[in-house]
Amino acid sequence: MKDTPLSNCERDFLLKAIEEKKRLDGRQTYDYRKIKISFGTDYGCCFVDLGQTRVMAQVSCELVAPKESRPNEGIMFFNIELSPMASPGFEQGRQSELSVKLNRQLERCLRNSKCIDTESLCVVSGEKVWQIRVDVHTLNNDGNLMDAASIAAITALCHFRRPDVSTQGQEVTVVSQQQHSRWCLIHLFSADLLSTCSTYLLVDPCEREERVMDGLLVIAMNKHREICSIQSSGGIMLLKEQVMRCSKIAGVKVSEITELISEALLNDRKARKAGGKCGFAESMQQDRITALKKDETPVEMTDVTETANGIIQKGEAAPQTVPSPVLPVPGVGQVGQGLQNSWGLEEDDEDDYEEEKNDNNVVEISDSEEEDVVILNPEVPEKPK
Amino acid sequence: MFSTVKERVGEVLLPGDEFSFEAEENISLTVPVKSEKVVCGPGLRRCGDRLVVCKSGVLRHKEPNVFWIDSQQRRYVPAKGESIIGIVTAKSGDVFKVDFGGSEQASLSYLAFEGATKRNRPNVQMGDLVFAQFLIANKDMEPELVCIDSSGRANGMGVFGTGGLLFRVSLGLVRRLLAPQSNIRSDLEHLFPCELVVGMNGRIWVKSASVQQTLIIANLLQSAETMTAQQRQQLFRKVQQGAF
Repeated sequence: MKDTPLSNCERDFLLKAIEEKKRLDGRQTYDYRKIKISFGTDYGCCFVDLGQTRVMAQVSCELVAPKESRPNEGIMFFNIELSPMASPGFEQGRQSELSVKLNRQLERCLRNSKCIDTESLCVVSGEKVWQIRVDVHTLNNDGNLMDAASIAAITALCHFRRPDVSTQGQEVTVVSQQQHSRWCLIHLFSADLLSTCSTYLLVDPCEREERVMDGLLVIAMNKHREICSIQSSGGIMLLKEQVMRCSKIAGVKVSEITELISEALLNDRKARKAGGKCGFAESMQQDRITALKKDETPVEMTDVTETANGIIQKGEAAPQTVPSPVLPVPGVGQVGQGLQNSWGLEEDDEDDYEEEKNDNNVVEISDSEEEDVVILNPEVPEKPK
Repeated sequence: MFSTVKERVGEVLLPGDEFSFEAEENISLTVPVKSEKVVCGPGLRRCGDRLVVCKSGVLRHKEPNVFWIDSQQRRYVPAKGESIIGIVTAKSGDVFKVDFGGSEQASLSYLAFEGATKRNRPNVQMGDLVFAQFLIANKDMEPELVCIDSSGRANGMGVFGTGGLLFRVSLGLVRRLLAPQSNIRSDLEHLFPCELVVGMNGRIWVKSASVQQTLIIANLLQSAETMTAQQRQQLFRKVQQGAF
């Protein structure tokens, strides 16, 4: 199925709003949306909500033979699935351009950062190593899938418990999953997603903003503020100081997001130790994951006072709002002001008609369902409330 | 059966619930039997001599005998006579292809505008918004839109001007906004002066004096979906006080 096309009016409005540094949901230009992390029953299953964008990551592992060139190292495999659940434009099974791009970016970020020590995945050198597989499923696309996917992948990896193995000679037996040591992730990072709309930078674009952007800059950074990877796409020309500014923002965001992830992991660990049921089956009853639940929308109101005062001071009378149907001529009802004829035709009839309309007394019919209608003949049209 | 249905007005019903006729024990020979007619609205269907609910929602009633199920839905199914906001996606020959959020795109002939003739083509570009109503909308044919009513006048329909913001809401909110005595609309009137076009396919276009005000109105309408009347009035009042 095709995506809903972006209309000209939306595009113009978004660009105008971005020029005035206003975003659709009232955020500042460098603000992230609210990030919510929750875990499933199994170890290694994690849901991440970035505003309305939702992804799920699942980590699994398997014992396999290592690669010929690297007999001491384990294997990591990443996969992002763009499911049709996320957006009508995504098709199941087909490798779209976006899916290839996201897969490559995620793989590059996670591999280059060396967040997992692959040598520790080795069981028997040259024969058996762990293959860790991270599957990220997109559940809802509201922009910035890359960030959500990377946060989910890292958190799921942190949450995951690898089973212990005991080797006796040539035999390798896998011990159950509960008892073993948890590996610690050396690095956590955040991929900072920025977009430029003709020299304006926005962090964490939502889906509408993603449609109007010219280009994208992704910075992956770990908590030690080392840049793991930078990628710029879209063919935009970035100034040096813009790239520096972006990396500074990424540094700030990394610490915030790392803190959030560690807090979420800690809470989950406490809940599991306390023996309480956890996982997403429980979350439904607690209303943490429900389809129809919506958070209260905060409304951006900081500028409203100045704007409203400005409008009042200008002293123009407010435009008329005509809420109920208006009868310019008996037999014809008009709701709204109608449009100006934009065809640029010169017709003599037009001018005469306009004057005629103004002369008629405007008859307003109230919304009540009573049979008798009181006809008003006002000299001056009613002022709006 | 009328009484059994009327009893359950205001209750939440699920698909599969049914109302059946109960045969009278004694049929009087002298008193004439009144024939009761029940008009089924959306969500109710007649199956033989039973009334079956096919959507989940609240049962509503309007005098004298109309019943329907009020349900929350975001997916729009086209119906004849409804006016919607569509986005022009293609111009092929004499027709425009318009996307309205349904399963296929509707066609809009360029002659279906007020005052249009073969020589005077309407000024419609790709990506423009149009406010039109359905002429043909059933599941067997391609939906067709027109921008004039039966007498040939525009009646408020046609291409949109520049400016303004388009956003999506659920169909329930749209019906509430278009109801004759809409509380939401009257609350909104007390805020800022604005131009509002409401399409029955869940799309709303709003234009106000400044970008900030337009954004505020859009956000308020989107959040009004899930608020009770009291919460909504509180929020509107807060915004009003913030402004003045």
